[in-house]
Amino acid sequence: MAKRAPKSSKKRGKKARHVKVSLNGSIFEADVEPRLLLVDLIRDVAGLTGTHVGCDTSNCGACTVLVDGQSVKSCSMFAVQVNGSKVQTIEGLAEDGDLHPMQSAFWENHGLQCGFCTPGMIIQASWLLKQNPNPTDDQIRAGISGNLCRCTGYVNIVKSIKAAAKEMRR
Amino acid sequence: MTCREFEYFAPASVGQCTALLKTYGSRAKILAGGMSLIPVMKLRLGAPAYLIDINGISGLDYIRETRDSLRIGALTRHHALETSSLVRRKEPLLAETAAWIGDPQVRNRGTIGGALVHADPSGDWGATILAMRGEMKLRGPARERVIAADNFFVDTFTSAAKGNELLVEVRIPVPRRRSGGSYMKLERKSGDFATVGVATQISLDEEGVCDYAGIGLTAVGMTNIRAKGAEAALLGKVPTDSTIEDAAEAASEDASPMSDPLRGSVEYKKAMTKVFTRRGLQLAVKRAKGVA
Repeated sequence: MAKRAPKSSKKRGKKARHVKVSLNGSIFEADVEPRLLLVDLIRDVAGLTGTHVGCDTSNCGACTVLVDGQSVKSCSMFAVQVNGSKVQTIEGLAEDGDLHPMQSAFWENHGLQCGFCTPGMIIQASWLLKQNPNPTDDQIRAGISGNLCRCTGYVNIVKSIKAAAKEMRR
Repeated sequence: MTCREFEYFAPASVGQCTALLKTYGSRAKILAGGMSLIPVMKLRLGAPAYLIDINGISGLDYIRETRDSLRIGALTRHHALETSSLVRRKEPLLAETAAWIGDPQVRNRGTIGGALVHADPSGDWGATILAMRGEMKLRGPARERVIAADNFFVDTFTSAAKGNELLVEVRIPVPRRRSGGSYMKLERKSGDFATVGVATQISLDEEGVCDYAGIGLTAVGMTNIRAKGAEAALLGKVPTDSTIEDAAEAASEDASPMSDPLRGSVEYKKAMTKVFTRRGLQLAVKRAKGVA
């Protein structure tokens, strides 16, 4: 007689889901488990490792990317949630090999030391300037309050963003 | 950590959503902003077998004005409430509260509906909704019901929403003339949960007597708390430094915080409740008089 599996060992949904997304302007598709995080889709499936995993607790912002133009923490979304959406990572900022003004500004103003927070910082700052092209220092600090840096003390980060804002207003 | 496995649905309508809730009941969780739920799942503090993503349901993200209220769709993001010129004009306490939630990325995804149903006692919205006497509209498979804020926060992480109901709208009465409010939050560091949060909303009549007082507290109880003792200390009186001091003292009595190694002792949190209620009321009164 066939044995019935005890209820507690009932297998959980493991069905793969298809995700089709515009990733830095090109279509990217994959079959993924629902529980795959967006950051892991970006890093492990798409191979774009510029986006970093810093904390595992949705705190540090090193995983920040743009989804449909909004900055989000990609460690706190599932890949299946961006099906049909536009995702932009740090790799998508430079155009035809030319650095984005934000990237140049971080370079010129020493806005990074180890660089781990930097992709998230740059993406968040680029979103911030879309909301407010001429922010004060306080507005910049508030605008990057979701991005932690252990190296710089934020001084040159704020300076870099201010410089980028000035350049982008030209 | 990685979440446990789950099955994922993305319904296109409220009807599809409530049908899924009917089928899967308490084994399912609604995914709105995910800014509380996903971290919980990553830590495996919760592991729903079914996740119902409502972000694809259109018509749940709106801010509408009626004659005497603002009607806010449950899927409205904190960022929208922080920046909406309608909200800033009509119910500035909402915009001020939203600005204290998490950080900019969290505010881009997190929703007012998700936050209210999550019913974190450290949630900022709960205090403000209590202070403003808001109402929550829930839709179940068979019917709709509207629940007043006073009855909505049942227990820690437990709202009055049943397992087969979806919160669809939050209704907040527009304050009457000569009103002012404030949301103040003490946090250890930027983006932290509150050590103490205080929402105040008061109105003054023609003689400057307080005829409405709403005070809600964050992070000092098993749920968000309405500081009824503090409200009673203000009603029917002209708000002076002395009555505000009485109200602040009463608020610290209304609070029932727990001691914890991260954010402080019971004595400290009660003392901070008093300080921030005092500051919040002083600002609310100034705003009600139009001088701040």
